[in-house]
Amino acid sequence: MIVENLFNYWIVIVLMMTGFYTVVSRGNLIKKIVGLNIFQTSVFVLFISMGKIIGGTAPILVQGDTHGDVVYSNPLPSVLILTAIVVGVATTALGLALVVRIRELYGSVEEEEIHGMDEEEAL
Amino acid sequence: MNLVQHLPVLQVAVPLVSAPICALLRSSERPAGMLQGRLAWAIACGVSWAMLVVAWLLFEAVRDGGPIVYELGGWAPPWGIEYRVDTLNALVLLVVSGIGAVTSTFARRTVEAEIHPDSLSLFYGAWMLCFTGLLGIAITGDAFNLFVFLEISSLSSYVLIAMGNDRRAVAAAYQYLIMGTIGATFILIGIGLVYMMTGTLNMYDLAQRLPAVDHTRTVHAAFAFMIVGVSLKLAAFPLHLWLPNAYAYAPTAVSAFLAATATKVALYAMLRFAFSVFGPDYALHQLAFQHILLPLSVAAILVASLVAIFQANAKRILAYSSVAQIGYMTLGISLASVGGVTATIVHLFNHAIIKGSLFLALGCVMYRVGSVRLDRMAGLGREMPWTMAAFVVGGLSLVGIPLTAGFISKWYLVLAAVERGWWPVVAVIVVASLMAAIYVWRVIETAYLKPRPGDRDPVAEAPAAMLVPTWILLAANLYFGIDTSIPVGAAAHAARQLLGGGP
Repeated sequence: MIVENLFNYWIVIVLMMTGFYTVVSRGNLIKKIVGLNIFQTSVFVLFISMGKIIGGTAPILVQGDTHGDVVYSNPLPSVLILTAIVVGVATTALGLALVVRIRELYGSVEEEEIHGMDEEEAL
Repeated sequence: MNLVQHLPVLQVAVPLVSAPICALLRSSERPAGMLQGRLAWAIACGVSWAMLVVAWLLFEAVRDGGPIVYELGGWAPPWGIEYRVDTLNALVLLVVSGIGAVTSTFARRTVEAEIHPDSLSLFYGAWMLCFTGLLGIAITGDAFNLFVFLEISSLSSYVLIAMGNDRRAVAAAYQYLIMGTIGATFILIGIGLVYMMTGTLNMYDLAQRLPAVDHTRTVHAAFAFMIVGVSLKLAAFPLHLWLPNAYAYAPTAVSAFLAATATKVALYAMLRFAFSVFGPDYALHQLAFQHILLPLSVAAILVASLVAIFQANAKRILAYSSVAQIGYMTLGISLASVGGVTATIVHLFNHAIIKGSLFLALGCVMYRVGSVRLDRMAGLGREMPWTMAAFVVGGLSLVGIPLTAGFISKWYLVLAAVERGWWPVVAVIVVASLMAAIYVWRVIETAYLKPRPGDRDPVAEAPAAMLVPTWILLAANLYFGIDTSIPVGAAAHAARQLLGGGP
């Protein structure tokens, strides 16, 4: 029962942890961005799931509904997530642009190599 | 009269509109490009000073008439977004716009020296976006709106940092992007969870509805996500790893602007979420603040001060010192008393002007010498007397010598710790002040007592266009060290509002 009713939320947790783990554990700068994307996507699913009402219809006024007996799902979380998706796209674009610049300046996209080059420079 | 009613929205809308105007002034043809870059600077600078006037008017209005509520587009909450200005955010708006005005005045020459001429107008576009985001975080009364403004300011600050002319600036911006995005997403998760439980995003409504459900695990998780997320943006120890490189390699004007404002605004968000939204009596505060935040704050103060002593780059010294100073601010929060929170807010205000003035002084050095490594700065005390004198005065304030602003914040922090009977904390504050004296002294010793290195040509004093803004902030340092009625009066009032419940 608990798995069925909360299926979306289990998926959210799995995606969230997968993305977060990828960001933390990978040294490749592009893989980090991919992880970050998965992490952010899990939050989108979280918000959209909470707006869904089982048996609810799209939030467009149904003709002849004067008694309030039609159940609508909540549109606000979806609207919020539109904004969050835009933010996510901007972050990804900027992140990838920075990776391109890093590749030009350091000749590598591996975090350890870049770190090593910075250490040498500091000496 | 009509315009005055709309001050809260003008505070955010005017810089927001000026950002694309600055960015559009781009031209790759010389000398038109240079001229347009200068025009973009003039717009950014003019708007920043205008916003300082707006912030001051709001501050006075709030001081005399209590909180101001502004409904965006005439839509009342919960449908519309509400801006709610009380004493706390009026003070934060004043800090952000004041620092923005002074640093943007300072910026023109350093930016022309450090940024490629084709990108000048884009630089000021990003600068104004960052300014908008920081003001927006401080003024909004809507939790999701706060997240959006946080991302506006963060994304533009990654761009600004990456524009530094050291390749490490780009790597630092990337690291900041990863950690900042994780922090912002954590905040978003927290906001989602409280929305799930209460059905509102308005902070005032949240404060009303949360007590009924605040024992649930969902709300506990939301609190944890929000505090950890804000701590990442705040660079609270040990989540500070993005900060030193980002501040050290960013263009100098950006270092000064961000060091003085970005972490302060994140601190404001923490105060707002912890005390206004969750309420001062929230059950997890004891655990979060006394058992987690207190030891981490003490560790931040001691470890970061120690690391600062061994840095070879003056900007990195200041960056690590910032981590320690943020420790003082979170220490005030962890005291969870009116005195402690007052000390936090006073230090938020004072540290902004202290670090702002120190980074501006280093900006003058960077402009003339081209480096802020200590070995390159040897002998500068005789070549750039006004600049180094500025650093000395700012440094004294950072250490906390009486008659400077830094003393006032330490004084209130010590008072608050004594009030709780936490003597070891008092000892930590005193020891850390001595450590601050050591790292400030290292810079002063190099500049005044060591001879100029043979391979560095003598340099002239920084131009007046840069010295004047630096000394404006220093004058503020000295003024607020003597007349404390503005920051302390407002901070004490704000702390009572926060801990008395309700935003």
